[in-house]
Amino acid sequence: MSGKVASGGSVRSAVIGIEIHVQLRTATKMFCPCAIPTDADEPNSRTCPTCLGLPGALPTPNRAAIEKVIAVGAAIGAKTPSTTRWDRKNYFYPDLPKGYQISQLDLPLAEHGSIEVTTSAGVGSVRIRRAHLEEDTARLRHERAGDGSRASLIDYNRSGVALLEIVTEPDLRDAETSRRYAEELRLLLRTIGAADAEMENGQMRVEANVSLRDSEEAPFGTRVEVKNMNSFRSVERAIAFEIARQNELLDAGGSVTQETRGWDDTSETTYTMRAKEDSHDYRYFPEPDLPPLAISDAWIAEIRARLPELPAARRARYVADLGLTAYDAGVLVGEPRAASLFEAARAAQPALDAKLLANWVAGEYLRAANEGAGEPEPKQFAALVAAVGAGEINGATGKALFAELCAGPLDIRAVITERGLAQISDDGALEAIAAETLAASPQALADWRAGKQQALGFLVGQAMKASKGRGNPARLGEIMRRLLDAQ
Amino acid sequence: MSLDPRRATAVQLAAAYRSGEVTALATTTALLDAIEHEEAHLSAWLHLRRDAALGEASAADARFTAARGNTAALAALPPLLGVPIALKDLVNLEGTPTTSGSKILEGYISPYDATIAARLRAAGAVILGKTNMDEFAMGSSTEFSAYKRTTNPWDLDRIPGGSSGGSAAAVAAFQAPLSIGTDTGGSIRQPASLTGIVGMKPTYGRVSRYGIVAFASSLDQVGPFARTAQDAALLLHAIGGRDTHDATSSAEPLPAELLALPSGDAAATALKGRRFALPKEYFVAGMEPGVERAVRAAVASLEAAGATIEEVSLPTTEHALATYYIVAPAEASANLARYDGIRYGASKHGGGDLLQGYLETRGRGFGPEVRRRIMLGTYALSAGYYDAYYVKAQQVRTLIARDFDRVWAAGFDAIVAPTSPQVAWRFGAKMSDPVSMYLADACTIPANMAGLPGVSIPCGLSEGLPVGAQLIGRPWSESQLLGIASGFEAITATAEWRSVEPTALARAANGGAA
Repeated sequence: MSGKVASGGSVRSAVIGIEIHVQLRTATKMFCPCAIPTDADEPNSRTCPTCLGLPGALPTPNRAAIEKVIAVGAAIGAKTPSTTRWDRKNYFYPDLPKGYQISQLDLPLAEHGSIEVTTSAGVGSVRIRRAHLEEDTARLRHERAGDGSRASLIDYNRSGVALLEIVTEPDLRDAETSRRYAEELRLLLRTIGAADAEMENGQMRVEANVSLRDSEEAPFGTRVEVKNMNSFRSVERAIAFEIARQNELLDAGGSVTQETRGWDDTSETTYTMRAKEDSHDYRYFPEPDLPPLAISDAWIAEIRARLPELPAARRARYVADLGLTAYDAGVLVGEPRAASLFEAARAAQPALDAKLLANWVAGEYLRAANEGAGEPEPKQFAALVAAVGAGEINGATGKALFAELCAGPLDIRAVITERGLAQISDDGALEAIAAETLAASPQALADWRAGKQQALGFLVGQAMKASKGRGNPARLGEIMRRLLDAQ
Repeated sequence: MSLDPRRATAVQLAAAYRSGEVTALATTTALLDAIEHEEAHLSAWLHLRRDAALGEASAADARFTAARGNTAALAALPPLLGVPIALKDLVNLEGTPTTSGSKILEGYISPYDATIAARLRAAGAVILGKTNMDEFAMGSSTEFSAYKRTTNPWDLDRIPGGSSGGSAAAVAAFQAPLSIGTDTGGSIRQPASLTGIVGMKPTYGRVSRYGIVAFASSLDQVGPFARTAQDAALLLHAIGGRDTHDATSSAEPLPAELLALPSGDAAATALKGRRFALPKEYFVAGMEPGVERAVRAAVASLEAAGATIEEVSLPTTEHALATYYIVAPAEASANLARYDGIRYGASKHGGGDLLQGYLETRGRGFGPEVRRRIMLGTYALSAGYYDAYYVKAQQVRTLIARDFDRVWAAGFDAIVAPTSPQVAWRFGAKMSDPVSMYLADACTIPANMAGLPGVSIPCGLSEGLPVGAQLIGRPWSESQLLGIASGFEAITATAEWRSVEPTALARAANGGAA
């Protein structure tokens, strides 16, 4: 997709920068021992003096959160400072219990990284300016009481949850790449276990700064910040809409106002949330309650050594070494649980046909998993795919066994033998079944003779039924056809 | 001759409890009665825990009774068991009001214990109540309390110093043997000096700040008030040491010597060969002659006891005050942002206009000195001023610390200096001129800026009012400093000024000439 926008004769370039807030996957909050809240928790039940900002309470940093961000830095090739520190960002709002947020200004935990992004136009790189840790705010709920009066309620459960903020350089030029960047970042975070990043649960929030300019060489235009994009699809649509909106505005001789706009999924438009007030002075200064943190090269090396294979490397390996198509590799790697089953099954049966296995994982497995099925035991799953691949059982039997395998433990080899599931490929046996079916279906034979081709399909189906599903369907089809032609 | 519960030190009480000579309940009752009798004149307390304290005293007595006759069991009991103590009203104590001297926290009941409160409970101390203070510890006279005006037991027309004025006055007036204060720029040492008691600011990081209402996080330290160095050491030992709830608390081990501080001849003998540095910049212009005389006399007695004294220069001293009034208000402006009327304390929200609610809550809830410092700090952190003020102040802070480092590198054991350039002043004398009040802390602020331990000890009288000498040591040298203080107590035990006690309070409370 081109970043050029043509409308009314003018051609402009879009410039997009993306800021993403992700909830880190940690057992406890960023600066206190409170557990991470779930939607099922009672309001204000996951709180303590520290995340409530009570007088006298102090923060203590969560080492696991810091390690996860160092891991993210290592995964995006960023620079990790030898010392990091915390800063206070000061502003008043009812969701901010201390009147300041502990964040990182000058020494973020990661700086100058990049992520490779594949789009319909090819492979490109998005530079990441910085990634830093901060604490989440409380949640406000605006309600109307029984007497009609309005009230704002505050739930501090989320207050103090560890957030990672990741900011790109203004490198993006179109909506598709922006979406792909967000998807790729999410995949990376999930792969290394840094975050679950479920957008629909608010664990990942994407904001885009969008501006237009007359050419790639021209200075940046006035930017608009777009928020409230609750899915990757919304990210793409909102940015595309915003580019078009600004372009039309400029075509009409107007100018873009610097503001924050929200994306409305229903009307598929952006709307003004707030005009840019005078740029806020957050009066950042180093957090005196937390000493600076030294990060040794050894610590970074230890974290780097624990990193799993990253998505880009894994995709390349699947294509180059296993002969998968780029599409199949993308599907498998795009779902960490799929990739993990694929890897485990391959480890169990190294000789297994990788393409067949990829089809089963990307097809049956992901379909079942998305419907909430249980995880198949990888060794048995490998045995199942191997049996199908060898023609030992037919596909239908394989699918039935797969459903059983997802529901609980199953010994594939034993089940095939015990239940006599082995596919009947012996022509003599198949011919007997076919002849018997034909003899029992005079109407179908009459139809065939009357030129109704679909009678063949009916007869093969009946024959498969007679074989209790074990017949080799392709062979059975050929034999039935031969018998019909001979009538 | 039985032990007078009011004049008894913690060390004496501990021994008497163990021998069965007195009980914690009787001691606590005597002190509570005295407090209630004298409070109208001293005004040192914001909250008394009469029933809770008597319960804690009875519990302590039960433990003494159970252990009596068993030497090992008695020895295993904590040294502060049954010893009454007062807490400055910025120490969170679960179930107890904590106002930090401010209207904005009126009605707030702490839902949790500060680490030092939990440690004192675990040590079996009897917590009498919470003491008056300058609002959010900002002030040097306790006149900025939103609640009451604490007097100096030596002269009821004078201030007790501040900001820990209530805690100092209570110990000086024999209402408690021990109390807790906090020191950000001198708030323990200066009132100790002005009320004639011992007050120590430990090394930054020695005592946990968790649960202490913050003023300036990089400067605040909790410390003990007592009437003797030994008592101060016992209290420091009970509250000090690493706390995982405070990331700035140090893992430096707490010296066991604090529990067995030498006294008497042993302490006096230990002064022999000590090297003290006398910083010329601390004898500032505007210092009262009587104060200088008393401090120089103290120096002379140390010399007579075999110590050597050398004058040194700490050239950055003159910049410490200005630097402090950038750093402390800057940190305070953020620390006090949480008092926004949203969750606790006084609130003026409700009209629907959020900004108006903030302005009214904070404009009315904070007193004049707190508002002044919030404005100072907000200004110093603002875009365009941050580098010129805050960054520059932090650089000067490094230079102040280097001045001290040079003294330690030269082999000195401690610095001896005045604590305050003045004795206690009359109420109102400095209220209209904040800078003159700020200057009262010129000798105490440098130790806060450098994070060093300092202790103020009584060293004489000037026009009938107490004068304090200050000892400043290298990091983590609290036991040495208190050892020197104990030695000084020994060599001045018979000095005439030691025999003078504050009597103004007793006279007033008993209906005598006020």
